[in-house]
Amino acid sequence: MAVDAETQFHVLAVDDSLIDRKLIERLLKNSSYQVTTVDSGSKALELLGLRDEETDPPSASLEQQEIEVNLIITDYCMPGMTGYDLLKRIKGSSSLKDIPVVIMSSENVPSRINRCLEGGAEEFFLKPVQLSDMKKLKPHLLKGKSKEHQQETEQEQEQEDNNNISSSSSSSTDSNTSINNSNKRKAMDEGLSPEGTSSNTTNGNKKRKAIDGGGLSLERTRPRFSSSSLTVV
Amino acid sequence: MALLALKEQLNVLLNSMFAEGLLDQQFQQLQMLQDGSSPGFVAEVITLFCEDSERILTELSKLLEQQVVDYQKVDAYVHQLKGSSASVGAQNVKLACAQFRQFYEENNKEGCIRALNVVKHEFYRVRNKFDNMFQLEQRIQAYDAKQQN
Repeated sequence: MAVDAETQFHVLAVDDSLIDRKLIERLLKNSSYQVTTVDSGSKALELLGLRDEETDPPSASLEQQEIEVNLIITDYCMPGMTGYDLLKRIKGSSSLKDIPVVIMSSENVPSRINRCLEGGAEEFFLKPVQLSDMKKLKPHLLKGKSKEHQQETEQEQEQEDNNNISSSSSSSTDSNTSINNSNKRKAMDEGLSPEGTSSNTTNGNKKRKAIDGGGLSLERTRPRFSSSSLTVV
Repeated sequence: MALLALKEQLNVLLNSMFAEGLLDQQFQQLQMLQDGSSPGFVAEVITLFCEDSERILTELSKLLEQQVVDYQKVDAYVHQLKGSSASVGAQNVKLACAQFRQFYEENNKEGCIRALNVVKHEFYRVRNKFDNMFQLEQRIQAYDAKQQN
């Protein structure tokens, strides 16, 4: 079994509406993602291991659950912490900033959309979210994986370099890796234009190659405690 | 054959709901999401929608009975109902909620009460049809189960 293609991605979905949580959960599971849903931004942060320092004192709470997620999809309009607030908290955290964040909203407000994209959101989906929107998640998830994989590959290569006398073999591997990554980035850049216009909404002009991936269809919803994201399930 | 007749009835019912604007394309999305691993998905979501909507409509009625209406709360509830009806494809309810908005933006109490009645009317209309739909589905499933024995 190939390592990359079959590793299941874990998505954290945040929405205060129960119906929308059910819907997004089904959409994500249908796309073979593992899903955890929460009803607020603060719960999301808690789950991710980032305490809300305004309300909780940083006392030793060894009970704290920490899960690893590959993508966060959140509603914009929520009481208390909005989706935008959550986005800023995540992007402002050294441990979480690399997790791609997608924002959903029932309202098509261009200034809101731009604000979110400029704030670091990868995508903005108009609600109700559609099956076709799920395809837009894959590039962001793969980018995350390839980044980690690249880091791991670099680490392995460092070890190799230490062992090898000739460095020619490792340098060709290097260029292969970087070509692959730049292709993926290109596929993203074609679609993603942060300086969006009013037409830059979910159903809008983000044409992307649908990257096919398998993914295991395990129906687990309980958080996974894994230290390595390349754990093959 | 009774089973075919039931299936035909269900088809006619669904088609009429789409044709009359009670349902839109989003409901078809729900149907597409229902599969072997989640056979009760549509029923679950629609049931949640109906319960949730009842609760919201009750709260809205209470709010509009007050001497001084808290329009912010009214807005919050209508926004919620608009969102959930959009999510399940209950088009007429969604549209009625959108129209409701203009009245509380004007702080027009009479207008709000009338708009609420329209929302209620549309909700009860679609809920009745959903009830019919589920009854037919259950009867069809019972038939299928029998035939397999």
